[in-house]
Amino acid sequence: MSKPPENAPISFFLNGSPLSLSVAPGRRVVDLLREDLPLTGTKEGCGTGECGACTLLVDGLPMLSCLMLAAQLEGRNIETVESLEKDPVGEKLITSFEEKGAVQCGYCIPGMEMTALALLRKHPDADREDIRKGLSGNLCRCTGYVKILDAVEDTAKTLKAPKEMP
Amino acid sequence: MNPVLFPRTKEMLLSMVKAYPEARFMAGGTDLLVALRQKQKALPPLIGLERMAGMGDILKEGEEISIGAACTLREVASHPLTRQHLPLLCQGAASVGGPALRNMATLGGNLCTASPAGDTLPALFLLDARLDLLSETGLRTLSMEAFITGPGRTALLPGELLHRIRISIPQNTPIQHFEKVGNRNAMAIAVASLAALIRMEQGLVTEARLAWGSVGPKVIRSSEAEAALMGKPLREESLKEAAFHAQKAVQPISDIRASADYRKTVSASLLQRLILYRDSDDKGEQS
Repeated sequence: MSKPPENAPISFFLNGSPLSLSVAPGRRVVDLLREDLPLTGTKEGCGTGECGACTLLVDGLPMLSCLMLAAQLEGRNIETVESLEKDPVGEKLITSFEEKGAVQCGYCIPGMEMTALALLRKHPDADREDIRKGLSGNLCRCTGYVKILDAVEDTAKTLKAPKEMP
Repeated sequence: MNPVLFPRTKEMLLSMVKAYPEARFMAGGTDLLVALRQKQKALPPLIGLERMAGMGDILKEGEEISIGAACTLREVASHPLTRQHLPLLCQGAASVGGPALRNMATLGGNLCTASPAGDTLPALFLLDARLDLLSETGLRTLSMEAFITGPGRTALLPGELLHRIRISIPQNTPIQHFEKVGNRNAMAIAVASLAALIRMEQGLVTEARLAWGSVGPKVIRSSEAEAALMGKPLREESLKEAAFHAQKAVQPISDIRASADYRKTVSASLLQRLILYRDSDDKGEQS
């Protein structure tokens, strides 16, 4: 691309805060996040929609930021892994991933956690099979799936558990 | 930098097509953006369909289900109307990619990509889907047979758009079954797939429609295999005979995912697995 890009204004919510910026409409969302903003929690793996590493939530649904253009964000509500600790379910996910040692190189983990976040918000009663299906689009090349499943299952169990009476 | 436009009405859409005749339509973008990036050049003007009125809904109109072409595969797989009336299509839609991909990829996109391995195509063939195409000159309707002209090729004309997919509701609740074999369960392109729509009365097959995906340039049907099941119970013997015809009908290629021989074997095996329905009564209830 030799011509300088012409930018266009877009407005959306990013991790709960309204944001307006000027950006080339065909810029990929993963590049916008990592290079322009810069929120480097979101990782690019395959760049072709097959590995799930770049997953973020758009209006609450997991989507792939490597296959999404900046112009598509207009008016949407975007959540990236940077918002995880501010979310009650996300906070618990972080703790469970730590406690279960559900991380090797860590590259797939932001995508795994965002996918798990959407799943558990919608289905707090998800069992291990639901979790396996829910995470089926996220690849881990360290083959750490067992501990990752353990961690998400642990979070689900905590969410299901009745609150202790004082 | 070329624009990325999001029309909301037919009028906006048609005026954008006029202003940018070289524009590409983008539904979910999950195939298109990968293909465009592989070409290593600037994106063409894009007309995104995700906000178009009348392209993101699923409706029951009389005795047919009408699906907007920009409905995501998640919506197609989970909508109460498709789940009730078109389980075959739901199973196909749920087989594409993984959850995040299905939140973006659309039924219209799966059709227009026209991959021989497109997981919704065998179902749409068997269900006799009718495709409404929209252009400046109005609407025209094509059958699946007329729409898919080859691997990656469709009958769409320049400036023409797949608008809605219409399917008559199958009567007398037939058995509807889709099964796909890939190299892993999620995110894998099919090595072979089978869609089956079978109607039984008093334990005997009164109608059999069978379509294989990913084993030929287009979806493959076999009238010999279908005939081999007619008037018989779903038993090992009749399924074996049908599978023999299926192996002759499919025209697979060898590629990075599987050999042609393996695909032939799998095509036959998928058919023989319909024995799981052998005890289906004339209501065709699925387990």
